[in-house]
Amino acid sequence: MTTTNRLSQIFYHYASPATFYPLAGKMIPVFVVLAALFGIAGLWIGLFVAPTDFQQGEGYRIIFVHVPSSWMSMFIYCVMALWAGIGLTMNTRLSSMMAQALAPTGALMAALSLITGALWGKPMWGTWWVWDARLTSELILFFLYIGFIALQASIDDPRRADKAGAILALVGVVNIPIIYFSVTWWNTLHQGASVSLTKAPAMAQTMLWGMLLMALCFWMYSIAVALIRVRAIILERERHTEWVKQLLAGEKHAGA
Amino acid sequence: MLGHSQWNSAAEFFAMGGYGFYVWGSFLACAVLMVIEPLMAIARQRAALRELAREQLAEQLNKETKES
Repeated sequence: MTTTNRLSQIFYHYASPATFYPLAGKMIPVFVVLAALFGIAGLWIGLFVAPTDFQQGEGYRIIFVHVPSSWMSMFIYCVMALWAGIGLTMNTRLSSMMAQALAPTGALMAALSLITGALWGKPMWGTWWVWDARLTSELILFFLYIGFIALQASIDDPRRADKAGAILALVGVVNIPIIYFSVTWWNTLHQGASVSLTKAPAMAQTMLWGMLLMALCFWMYSIAVALIRVRAIILERERHTEWVKQLLAGEKHAGA
Repeated sequence: MLGHSQWNSAAEFFAMGGYGFYVWGSFLACAVLMVIEPLMAIARQRAALRELAREQLAEQLNKETKES
């Protein structure tokens, strides 16, 4: 047997909701613990260790929740579109369920990015909101998530809903580079990228660490919540299958 | 606890150099939404399990009535 065959066998094995459901159940506590650990470390550094900013005073500390939620809102969208695309092309049910499970978490991150951004903009720019490129494209991202959720909810046949959602998600990907590069392409009130791979970091080491730890916390949180939600979606959509019936019988015997 | 850090007193910590409303507002928004979301996801999972149990019970009762 060739390696590719072996790999695709492993892929299809775990792409089966019946195998993935218990696996996801085992993974959830791991990601909850990781999110808590990164969160405690990040908050400690962000609130107690990182120095005062020479320009923005203590107000800059919003960065420790604003940047992680903004990053996750963009990253989750890419992962969601990827799963939706795999579901569309390879016809794997679980991939589409993963995309569906990620959408509300992505919408939450986009909302948090906008809320914390407004709370940061008010004291620094003197306004909660401006219609500039960065803010507007992030708002569009929020609407793309809402549109994806609403579109899927409006189609009764789940497989057709998956397909329609996938096309919307894939078309919407074009918005991600627009958000990311908006601060360099257009004149904007919003400051440039906080972290760059090519330049030396413009901020104190401890600020950077606090931000990265909080980003890891938000990342682990997102995985944990998406896994909880995907299990619910699997149960909802696979409820007439034999394995779900057996699963329920098993849980009854276990006294759960 | 506050001695080894940026702050001289708890009051100074909560004031955040005058930015308290904005800093704590944004942290609070995150905390609230990031508690509500997992609770909603868990509720959805429980609802799915309840629904399944109900369907299975209905099926069983159906079978029993047919048999008798």
